[in-house]
Amino acid sequence: MMERFDYQAAGLISGLEVHQQLLTEHKLFCRCPAGMYTTTHDGEMLRHMRPTLSELGVYDGTALMEFKTKKEIIYLLNHKNVCTYEMDDTPPFLVNQQAIDIAIDLCLTMNMDIIDEVHIARKQYLDGSIPTGFQRTAIVGVNGWLPFKDRRITITHLSVEEDSCREVSDQGHRIVWRTDRLGMPLTETVTGPDLRTPEEVRDAIVLCGLVARNTGRVRTGMGASRQDINVSVRGGSRVEIKGVPRAGYAVKLVHNEAVRQSNLLKLRDEMRARGLREAGHIRVHTYDVSDIFGQVELGAVRRALQSGGRVVAIRTEGVAGLAQWPTQPHTRFLDELSGRVRVIACLDQPPIVLSEDSMPEFPHRHKVIERVRKRVRQGENDDFFIVFGPEEDCRTAAEEIRNRFADALEGVPKETRQALFGGYTTFERILPGPDRMYPDTDSPASRITPERVAAARARLRPAPWERIARYLSWRVPEETAHYLLRRGGAEIVDAVVERTGVDGLVAAIEIGQRAKALAREGVPVKNLDTNAWVGIFDLLTDGRITREAVPLVAGEMAKNPGLSAEQACLAAGVEAMPRSEWMAQAEEVGMNGYRGGLRHGRTLESPATIKGDTEEKRLRFLAGEAMKRLGARAPAREVVDYLREKVTREVNQ
Amino acid sequence: MTPNYEDRDDRFQGYRGRVREVLEKFRIGVWSEVEIRNDEGSVFTGVVLPRNETADPLHVVVKLTNGYNVGLHADRIVVAKELGYRKAVYKIPEKDFPFDPKKKQVTLLGTGGTIASRLDYRTGAVIPAFTPGELYGAVPELADIANLTTKKLFGVFSENMGPEQYKALAIAIGKEIEKGVDGIVVGHGTDTMSHTGAILSFMVQNSPVPIVLVGSQRSSDRPSSDAALNLMNGVRTAAECDIAEVVLCMFGPTSDNYDLLHRGTRCRKMHSSYRSTFRTIGTTPLAMVSPKPYEDGRYFKYLTDDFLPRDKSRKPQITPVFEEKVTIQYYYPNFNPDIIDALSAAGYRGIVIAGTGLGHVNKPLYPALRRAIAKGMTIVMTVQTLWGYAQMYVYDTGRDLLDLGIIPLDNMLPEVAYMKLAWVLGQTDDPKRIRQMLTTPINHETTPREPHNGYLIMQGGLPEVEAFIGQHWK
Repeated sequence: MMERFDYQAAGLISGLEVHQQLLTEHKLFCRCPAGMYTTTHDGEMLRHMRPTLSELGVYDGTALMEFKTKKEIIYLLNHKNVCTYEMDDTPPFLVNQQAIDIAIDLCLTMNMDIIDEVHIARKQYLDGSIPTGFQRTAIVGVNGWLPFKDRRITITHLSVEEDSCREVSDQGHRIVWRTDRLGMPLTETVTGPDLRTPEEVRDAIVLCGLVARNTGRVRTGMGASRQDINVSVRGGSRVEIKGVPRAGYAVKLVHNEAVRQSNLLKLRDEMRARGLREAGHIRVHTYDVSDIFGQVELGAVRRALQSGGRVVAIRTEGVAGLAQWPTQPHTRFLDELSGRVRVIACLDQPPIVLSEDSMPEFPHRHKVIERVRKRVRQGENDDFFIVFGPEEDCRTAAEEIRNRFADALEGVPKETRQALFGGYTTFERILPGPDRMYPDTDSPASRITPERVAAARARLRPAPWERIARYLSWRVPEETAHYLLRRGGAEIVDAVVERTGVDGLVAAIEIGQRAKALAREGVPVKNLDTNAWVGIFDLLTDGRITREAVPLVAGEMAKNPGLSAEQACLAAGVEAMPRSEWMAQAEEVGMNGYRGGLRHGRTLESPATIKGDTEEKRLRFLAGEAMKRLGARAPAREVVDYLREKVTREVNQ
Repeated sequence: MTPNYEDRDDRFQGYRGRVREVLEKFRIGVWSEVEIRNDEGSVFTGVVLPRNETADPLHVVVKLTNGYNVGLHADRIVVAKELGYRKAVYKIPEKDFPFDPKKKQVTLLGTGGTIASRLDYRTGAVIPAFTPGELYGAVPELADIANLTTKKLFGVFSENMGPEQYKALAIAIGKEIEKGVDGIVVGHGTDTMSHTGAILSFMVQNSPVPIVLVGSQRSSDRPSSDAALNLMNGVRTAAECDIAEVVLCMFGPTSDNYDLLHRGTRCRKMHSSYRSTFRTIGTTPLAMVSPKPYEDGRYFKYLTDDFLPRDKSRKPQITPVFEEKVTIQYYYPNFNPDIIDALSAAGYRGIVIAGTGLGHVNKPLYPALRRAIAKGMTIVMTVQTLWGYAQMYVYDTGRDLLDLGIIPLDNMLPEVAYMKLAWVLGQTDDPKRIRQMLTTPINHETTPREPHNGYLIMQGGLPEVEAFIGQHWK
């Protein structure tokens, strides 16, 4: 249950960064197969990352943060899907032009302007997710838009870039990555900050998904498309929520972030009211309290001491009670502190940070707290925080607690936060600035000629909103229309309508609903390509099969690849009967077995006199009997019409 | 004060033809901060960057405020407005390299290549860091290792290193030794680092201190670069290692683990791009160097004790000479004799043949070789297999070649033989003396024995090899 929140009053704005894997044969900068995921490895490699200073002698904030963590980075290699390029031991090969073509298709669908000469840049990441320490990325299109509700959302730019490694584990100072996904081509679509509510964010994600699927040239399945959502409220800052796997999750995530930001702004005001105004006002003092916690029954603390770590108390001046300040729903500011300590100081054993108010129950708890207060010389406006682990990491933790309180004085720090189950987020890194990009001198620039763009435009499929509008005008149910676009059926429906002249609604229902039902029963309808369906619908429009026979023929073809529609029709025994033949058969159908409205056991005397017997019921009985006999070889509607006429005739006789 | 448009000398850096006209029309140029609108109404805000001279004359390169670079076709530019101008000044603010009297003194000589750098994110340029202050900013750990002074001798890609550079380098090294430094590091591009390692081993003999060549396989601007580790380990080797020879200090495995010290006369670049490309051929490397001490507290693991130990009292022998008319000829089937005749006619004094097998060439070459030797050419034989010896007395072919007067050079590497031959011919033209100098090892450029672990090229795919590889960081 989400609490009520006035998004407009808070000035909520949000934008998307949608990452979409492209359906290419190879990766973006090498000839390894794309889309081959493996869970084993036959080689391992150790690397470290060093930040590069800017000419001002200043490190990018993110880079500095990552460097502080001093992580050992291990990469797991499988020779089937990585080569020396992914290991950063070979320069890039020329960029995959198939990927550029797909990016152009996406740009054109979103009404974008294609860049004349594509330059590849390096975007630095020091968390180890890419062995080179940077991602190769290039802008392909700018200045586009998508129709959204009654307005438009701007598409600021679309870039093509390499996908990163998959995290295997991250404990203490060692992080392990799997490299199978590394180097796969992605597009990143960046929208303007045009969305105003969590529901709009969800809907925009769905729309971007449709746009991508509509090209038919993107990967589908888990992880093939990932969303990052930028959120800010008035007075707050842009926070990037990373790794939103499904549109539905966006609603809670955006809501919770709006709540968190507005609470942080209130926290800022509270801190200012207390006279804390600048970073210099936040002062921390550290004290070793390992002796005080020596006998305390807290598993994580004990383990830390046993492995040679320390327990450190960090008295922070002037912040009494602030650790309990609400942030995200059901979350306190203490969570913000633990987030920083976990990521930057690499102290990841829960509960990570303890405060006086959050100290769990254990024997002599009261005494322990007293001793700590004494040791740190706790003032009545102060609070203390306990961290535990390697001594140097505890020192880093003290620094990060100080930093987080200092950041709180500004309100909302610019962060990248990781999406968690339930709509919550946790700190991932300081939000990187544009300053971490510079040209990739290993790669030459790539010209996109007007001819190439024209050719792409000529083969462009209809835009998803055009298709949906068209299907809705055929009275296709909205859910079916969306399904067709999402799963590629739209392409088939359009081709079938164009090539066989079948009614659009019929095609949409057969391919978008009936075939879906078949698939759920385990029939491999995915095997049927456009030509197969054209074959089936040709039989229909030629009168060779009935409407009812369509799924039967489709099923037969799906189960026996290589069968033509004709052959499948014969095999299934559903060749349409000529009218004279099914009429003759229908004529023979009698009332034998008709029970009318009679209860079980009674027999029929004169149909017209039995209560509950109606013309409709007789018709239904006859139709049932007739269809049992005729199967899909006769058009049901026409059979019923004929029988209705027959019943009426008989009654009138 | 923004300089006038006409006063900006470099405003067309790399731009010519059609695109230059457009720049002039709108009075914008390199380093202009601009807002450009094209024929589809797209607006681009950023900085105009210089254009690569080999690129076409049709596009303007702009670094956008979001960090990306784009190329805009000149014909599509409708409006361009200069919002500001800030000339790029590639200067890194100086920081003083801290001096510690307890630490050793090392000199870093620069020949080219970028062992450390910074980035100008505004323009995307990579700025080499070279002075001690700049290096300290990029690799602050150096101050924990030694006191450092730096001297830039020249700035060339390593494939452009040549006799002039080798001589200058040898003389500079001699000067530093005279000053009494504890060790010398030479920053060098990796393509010909081992060639330089070889020639320096001849030009600078009997050094009292280590002379360490370092470089980087991956450019130093990237977070994953091997530059910093090679530099730190190289400086430590110069400061503290006991090996007073010309050595190369580069990654051992491709993992960020340790460096290897390779003797300059037995080292070769064996892969076009791997960090672990440098290998010692025909024997084992001299030592491992680690940024963190080993269990015994030392930073070096010596793999042999067969080396010249450090000795401040020793006087180096500097012989900076080089005969330019020397060549390497890589033999292949159907190698035509007229090549040898042409070399002879062009006045070449020496040929290093990289022969097949145990040091062989085909029969049709013999008369040409005989003619060349008769005219005073020195022709030596090495093996193109790199590992193994030229043992020309084993087969008739070899014996015939010996009779012709070809000098076999045992297991000297072809590139090392080139350097030694050039160095020897730079000192004498007496055939007896030449032969004697070539066949007398100065520093392991030939070795009397090849141990069983001198050649260990493992094949991938074999079960036992894959099992081994799977247990270690690559």
